[in-house]
Amino acid sequence: MITIQNYVQAESLEQAWQLNQKRSARVLGGMLWLKMGKNTVGTAIDLCRLGLDTIEERADAFVIGAMVTLRQLEQHPGLNACTRGAVAKALQPIVGVQFRNLATAGGSIWGRFGFSDVLTLFLALDAKVELYKGGVMPLERFAALPYDRDILVRLIVPKTSCRLAYEAMRIQRTDLPVLTCAVAQTGGETRAVIGARPGKAMVVRDANGLLHNGVTTESAAAFADYVAGQVPMGSNNRGSAAYRSHLCRVLTRRATLELGG
Amino acid sequence: MTDVKLILNGRAVADQVDADLLLIDFLRAHGCASVKRGCETSNCGLCTVLMDGKPVLSCSMLTLRAAGHSIQTLEGLQEEAADFVGFIADQGADQCGFCNPGFVMNTIALLRENPDPSDDEIRGFLAGNLCRCSGYEGQLRGIRRYLDSRKEKGGPRHGE
Amino acid sequence: MASDRPVDYNAIHKPVRKKDAMQLLLGKPVYTEDLAPKDALTVKILRSPHANAMVREIDAAAALKIPGVVAVYTWQDVPRNRFTIAGQTYPEPSPYDRLILDRHVRFAGDAVAIIAAETEKAALKAMKLIKVQYDILPAVLDFRTAKDNKTLVHPEEDWVPTCPVGGDNRRNLVASDSNSDGDVDAVLAGCDIVLDRTYHTKAYNQAMMETFRTCAEMDRYGRLHILSSTQIVFHVRRILSRALGLPMSRIRVEKPRIGGGFGAKQTAVCEMYPAFVTLKTGRPSKLVYTREEAQIAGSPRHEMQVRVRLGADREGHIRAIDMYTLSNTGAYGEHGPTTVGLSGHKSIPMYTGNLEAYRFRYDVVYTNHQAAGAYRGYGATQGIFALETTVNELAEQLGIDPTVIRDRNMVREGMKMTSYYNEMANACALDRCLEHCRRIFRWEEKYPVRDMGNGKVRAAGVAMAMQGSCISNVDVGSATLKLSEDGTYNLIIGAADMGTGCDTILAQMAAECLDCSVEDIAVFGADTDTSPYDSGSYASSTTYITGKAVEKACAELKQKICEIAAGMLHCQPDEVVFKGKRVRRIHSDESLTLQEIGYKTQVFNNIAAEATASHSSPVSPPPYMAGMVEIELDKETGLVTILDYMAVVDCGIPINPALARIQTEGGIVQGIGHTLMENVQYDANGKPIESSFLQYKIPTRLDMGHLRVEFENSYEPTGPFGAKSIGEIVINTPAPAIAHAIYRATGVWHREIPITPEQIAMQTPVSVP
Repeated sequence: MITIQNYVQAESLEQAWQLNQKRSARVLGGMLWLKMGKNTVGTAIDLCRLGLDTIEERADAFVIGAMVTLRQLEQHPGLNACTRGAVAKALQPIVGVQFRNLATAGGSIWGRFGFSDVLTLFLALDAKVELYKGGVMPLERFAALPYDRDILVRLIVPKTSCRLAYEAMRIQRTDLPVLTCAVAQTGGETRAVIGARPGKAMVVRDANGLLHNGVTTESAAAFADYVAGQVPMGSNNRGSAAYRSHLCRVLTRRATLELGG
Repeated sequence: MTDVKLILNGRAVADQVDADLLLIDFLRAHGCASVKRGCETSNCGLCTVLMDGKPVLSCSMLTLRAAGHSIQTLEGLQEEAADFVGFIADQGADQCGFCNPGFVMNTIALLRENPDPSDDEIRGFLAGNLCRCSGYEGQLRGIRRYLDSRKEKGGPRHGE
Repeated sequence: MASDRPVDYNAIHKPVRKKDAMQLLLGKPVYTEDLAPKDALTVKILRSPHANAMVREIDAAAALKIPGVVAVYTWQDVPRNRFTIAGQTYPEPSPYDRLILDRHVRFAGDAVAIIAAETEKAALKAMKLIKVQYDILPAVLDFRTAKDNKTLVHPEEDWVPTCPVGGDNRRNLVASDSNSDGDVDAVLAGCDIVLDRTYHTKAYNQAMMETFRTCAEMDRYGRLHILSSTQIVFHVRRILSRALGLPMSRIRVEKPRIGGGFGAKQTAVCEMYPAFVTLKTGRPSKLVYTREEAQIAGSPRHEMQVRVRLGADREGHIRAIDMYTLSNTGAYGEHGPTTVGLSGHKSIPMYTGNLEAYRFRYDVVYTNHQAAGAYRGYGATQGIFALETTVNELAEQLGIDPTVIRDRNMVREGMKMTSYYNEMANACALDRCLEHCRRIFRWEEKYPVRDMGNGKVRAAGVAMAMQGSCISNVDVGSATLKLSEDGTYNLIIGAADMGTGCDTILAQMAAECLDCSVEDIAVFGADTDTSPYDSGSYASSTTYITGKAVEKACAELKQKICEIAAGMLHCQPDEVVFKGKRVRRIHSDESLTLQEIGYKTQVFNNIAAEATASHSSPVSPPPYMAGMVEIELDKETGLVTILDYMAVVDCGIPINPALARIQTEGGIVQGIGHTLMENVQYDANGKPIESSFLQYKIPTRLDMGHLRVEFENSYEPTGPFGAKSIGEIVINTPAPAIAHAIYRATGVWHREIPITPEQIAMQTPVSVP
């Protein structure tokens, strides 16, 4: 269990950012992972009073506050209509309702956890992150950055990138995934996002245009083979690298067919 | 130590707490022994309480974050629980009972949100409540019998 | 059979609510931690990070400076008297190989120091500040290499084997034995087909929702009062007496409600630590294991490797079974010598039908893993997985329906079970269980493999199981019944209801005997100061053994009530008859109400209106069971989804059918967990990987499909009201049934559980649609 010396509900993002410049400070999300740490936090900064717990649907995008819970995302009618239920499908296997009522979008994305369904999903959605100091940047770029002292404020999901199919393999139904896979199409371009490799999710684009002539059984399989060839896999107690490569092929093919079909 | 004030089972409670005191420990220290700890990894659902009506894991929340909010534990929802737990008892599905409070709290949350759930909706909503004794089927039968009996009495009553 | 049909009972054979149900469901404070003294010291255990090491130096000076830290105890502070923490009848078959704290730490998680502090925070802070220097030793991490390994887990001179079970600490051997009937090698040589297969099962954790926990205080007489979540109050008293060097008259052990046990709490895993702290400090103390401690320093199932050689003729008549089991008891020998026996003795007898010869040999070895203990099924689970899978393979090889091959070979009522201590199958409905299961499952329809498209197939599997109903010639159950003056009763037991409902089941039996309602029986248990002696709740024995003690105690109490009534009516006791609410004088209109008699017991009376009876049994009649599973298997990902699990159980006459059903459903789901998702892996240094619920995944309600449980009654003449047991057998069928279904779907036999999706997917030829 983590040790926390001070707790502050920030009055402003500026205050939160100032407090967070100390190395021992931490911004709280849902605390589900944070609390398992054995370290000491000087100041725990809570963003819960900054109105960041809403999902705003604009004409061209969904703007998701950092403190929006996974449960809010999974239940949001607009987001799920736009993604044809993919958001709910991706998030519902995460532990349980009570867990998802606490876990936040911001915490999940900031953590950039290897096992994260959330990171896989939002990469597939081609989301952008809004950082207090760093401004708006593509999530794909953010995911590759090292942890710094900035604060994640919002996620922005363009409506043009809502076409995706989500697949994940779990040994037990609410467990961490053995592999996550999302295939998305934006403006004619197909991308696969593979997570729980067990490393951090990564994006693979159809650079060779394997799907340019449409999705068929053959082209989907070819794309799946290509993706599996691009994604380095590792082993852990849930599966070997070889099995993950195999799963990557299977899930990418299935997701591609689901998307194209 | 920091001052904290919250509404616990309808009563204003004020205390001084450490910044890292988890809500579960605060609640147990304030007479809510129904709140149980079954793991340290947010996996078991035993510590489920309602915060502003929503089911949350009290093992994963700082007491200070709950400041100003309404927290309900099974101690405060005895009547609403008594309404259906007899049906679980009739199945013998209470078993060791250690998971019961969390399970009952989350079932209350389910029935408030969805007064007439399907079996799959029940399983889905309660998936985060582990039970090692019952095999779950008896819990499902109990909830189903309760819902059936409620229908016989004239339609579901929406969550009060 | 007429005797198999329950007659019109008053209180038994009814789905009575558990007596504690509403207390539990409404979250009342009834568990150990809820009842801990308010000023109890928090006890924490510093644990070894090494699998095998000697503590060279330990420095607690900095820890003791933390405000609130009361004491830190190390190996130098504890008595030097070895003991076992296995909850077994004296003399325990488990070796005396423990100290409260030992300088030699034998697994990653073994206790190094005991910390007592005013708050948990202070105790944890202190734990970080204790400096320990270890001399790290080579460790025995593969149980196949343990026997005669040059690294000894217990090299100490004072290792005490209490019983002659074939153990030798100089060989890492806890027990070794063999027994047989007939010439197995000769019969096997004459068989048309011999299968020789080896299986592996792991050290599954009971994962009861309430971890191990104990409170201790000095009571108002200055005695050590232990409140513990245990299945075995009397054994705990004896264990503490030896470990602490305290007479039993100075110790009282009590259990409140228990948040699940499944055998884990048949070992005194944590009682000694707070007991020691309270004895030393004179202050109340409590120890609550974290989930991690329960996972890494608990008392899980014995890992076993079981080799089966099975011989049959072309028609599938099973003629000989030769079994060798290697069991891993881990760092300490709790239940090691006994669990292993069930792998053979509670699997082979199922095939008594045509068996001409059998042999069963075993070795039990020490390793530097967490010590194993008792877990529901107790070795039978492991042996049944091995034997049932072999029988399924035999059927598939011979092209005989696997249910038909069982019809041809199974034990039937009236048979003598040579491999089960020559006990007679006096009550056996296994044949009817299988037939009934076949019907409700629609076996003929589901047995053929069905291709569902998209790489998914549906398939079915089958298995049978048996268990015992007690430890024959050993277990003692007792019950005390007392009449209150308003005509209600107290039933006092030493058996432990750990959620199973035995308090209620025993009350049902008492109500049946005393012709009253179950509400009229108040139950209390268990407490070494007030309960009559009971070995405790394990070995499936409470209904069968303690139930019979209840029957006897009721008969004695009725006799006494009649004597008192006869005195009141000025006649001989044999001239009155007990009629529940009244005692009536035969051939007369005179009668007395129970209240009248009750009040009389308190006025000028020399006959105690209470009775205590004990019961033991020379036999352990097996319950039987058939289980069938339908799965959907994704050949590409290897994912197995359980669709339906159907089971029919013969537990004799079920005393409480609702509770018997829940026992069965719960056991099946645990078995599904062991087969598909609960893994036990170690890193290279022997540290367990699945040390939390984040990693050790027990089934959720989305992982078990639909369950259906029914009963085929038999009438066990030695059991109370014809009852046998139910608690353990129910965990035994899932592994072999699911492994069978997976074979049907993929053509591959998996002989190690859990069977992970990876193992399935990577061994299956995948046909891309």
